[in-house]
Amino acid sequence: MSGTFTRYLAGRVFGLLVVILALSAVVFFLMHQVPGGPFTFEKQPLPAEQMANINRKYGLDQPVYVQYFKWLWAVLHFDFGIPFQSPTETVGSLVQRAWPVTIIVGVITITISYTLGILFGITAAVWQNSWIDRTVTFVATLGLTLPSFIIGFLLVYILSVKLRWLPTGGWGKPQQLIMPVIAYGLGPMAIVARYTRASMLEVLRSEYVRLARARGLPWHRVLFRYTLRNALVPLITVLGPGIPDVLTGSIFIEGMFSIPGLGRFFTSSAQFRDYPMIMAMMLLVALLWGATYVISDVLYGLADPRMRVGGEVR
Amino acid sequence: MRSSSDVGNIHDALAAPRVPVLSVRDLRVEFDTRRGRVRAVDGVSFTLNAGETLGLVGESGCGKTVTALSLLRSVPAPGKIDGGTIEFEGRDLLSISERDMTRLRGKRIALIPQDPLTALNPVMTVGDHIVEVLEIHLGMRGETARSRAADLLSRVGIPDPRKRLDAYPHQLSGGMRQRVMIALAIACEPAILIADEPTTALDATVQAQILELLDEIKRETRMALLLITHNLGIVAGHCNRVAVMYCGRIAETASAVDLFRHPHHRYTAGLLACVPRLDRQGKGIFFTIPGTPPELTDLPPGCAFASRCDAVTDHCFSERPELATTDGSIMTGTTSHLMACWNPASLASSDAGSDHQTSARMAVAYGRAHEKSDA
Repeated sequence: MSGTFTRYLAGRVFGLLVVILALSAVVFFLMHQVPGGPFTFEKQPLPAEQMANINRKYGLDQPVYVQYFKWLWAVLHFDFGIPFQSPTETVGSLVQRAWPVTIIVGVITITISYTLGILFGITAAVWQNSWIDRTVTFVATLGLTLPSFIIGFLLVYILSVKLRWLPTGGWGKPQQLIMPVIAYGLGPMAIVARYTRASMLEVLRSEYVRLARARGLPWHRVLFRYTLRNALVPLITVLGPGIPDVLTGSIFIEGMFSIPGLGRFFTSSAQFRDYPMIMAMMLLVALLWGATYVISDVLYGLADPRMRVGGEVR
Repeated sequence: MRSSSDVGNIHDALAAPRVPVLSVRDLRVEFDTRRGRVRAVDGVSFTLNAGETLGLVGESGCGKTVTALSLLRSVPAPGKIDGGTIEFEGRDLLSISERDMTRLRGKRIALIPQDPLTALNPVMTVGDHIVEVLEIHLGMRGETARSRAADLLSRVGIPDPRKRLDAYPHQLSGGMRQRVMIALAIACEPAILIADEPTTALDATVQAQILELLDEIKRETRMALLLITHNLGIVAGHCNRVAVMYCGRIAETASAVDLFRHPHHRYTAGLLACVPRLDRQGKGIFFTIPGTPPELTDLPPGCAFASRCDAVTDHCFSERPELATTDGSIMTGTTSHLMACWNPASLASSDAGSDHQTSARMAVAYGRAHEKSDA
């Protein structure tokens, strides 16, 4: 089995690299097709000679495909270039500075929102149509329909402005994390709670759960071994893709709470035509998503014997 | 006039010594639905004797499955048992605590389901399922439980049982999975085995094997088997006694031989006539009972079968017939031939030697052929 699995995993990783390579080429060419450039300023345009000089300095005078292969060669040596919007550092050091902040917020958000979402979903399903179920469904609907920045505004207004319990934003103190995590996590929590509830209800109604009860198995055993185990399998496809989303940050959340994370660079890089930064962000997102899918599929196989590679196990 | 019920008694006596392990009296189950209160089971009484097979026959929705699930007190919501007694091992199952009932489920009374394909937890191995039951009900542990599980698999005819313990349900065929369900059901050597249409989801050859296996196990262990089916061939081949259900009530109950030879209730006679006949040509091959059963939310005051009956009288519409012997005395809880009909088929002179008798013989013959092919 492990041989088949290693081969499967190697295949998936290779496939992922091919996809990222193709993607990088497409993005690189598209990016250069967009009118304007990093040094095109509307109000005080640079004189033509200076423009030619600066373009030569950054290699922007060369054909796009030459630029692409130069970029690719550098990337293969872990040189991601210099961000035009912050020329005093490298892309690598910028990401190393900003991303950990986003990761801290993201990991806390995911841990809390997924845990609560699953717990609420289970509770709502087990006590279907009770007041708990109704409350969970109501909060989940709110969490799904309200954008995170609205929730953020509400939190700031209530907790900071009115009650003066928490600072409005900033970075460095643990209490500054509370509002961003709530604003950011409510959506994922709502999605997870709803999916868990639906999935649990389906399994609770299934024949094998009914028969397990008819075999005289105690309720807690039926809940954990029969219901939960099966209900959580389809959740992998919901939980997985949420992770890269949160780990790459949100401009709304980071902007609103003045968090020095990576989120804002997604917008600013496009605005400034910051080619090296755009490419670096693209690589980051593509790698994260790709890895998430590979990991989700592997987990699926672990959780459900019917999904295992190679059909007949053992 | 009395002869038919006497014959029934003799057949009963021959079929199995009567030691009642379970007796159900006046069982009532109702479902509170949006469209009104449905009485799915309405005053059902029967006994189940050790080592015998009682066939519970009737069309879909007649209450046979609900009756069976009542024995485990596992009627699905919104169903509620709201009357009667179920006496088993000296206790009324309807008045014991939920805790005590959980201890009985799967240990003293076990269920074999209709569809083995959805009956097992897909993320647990076959061995996990069996070992779990042995652990919980019999307190077995580790290797003892595992080797007992392997014994059970080999008992139900699964080759290479040690290896199969580690198989997941999806790696087994439907017939194999039903064998696993039987192994699970007999794991604790229950007194009663309820088989709810155990072969409906299986193909014909596998059906015969599974029924033969159930017969064998019943002979060895003296378990009582409650076999729910709508297949009269299965009833003829595998049941000692039969109870025919219609609209939540027992329409007729007798020994299998007696029921096929002398069906009294018009519904039973109709069912027997529905058995396909190869000796009849053209349109006559498939007989059907006209109409559909009445809505359970809106049962008529008289006999529920009256609107579909070809021998209906005014009496049938005005008063509901109770289960009684052919001479009219009401005798519940015995194993004689009982029926709930005002104008019974085999007692009316005009019906002598009619079609259903031929059908009955065919069904009996089919049942025998069945048994032979399995052996």
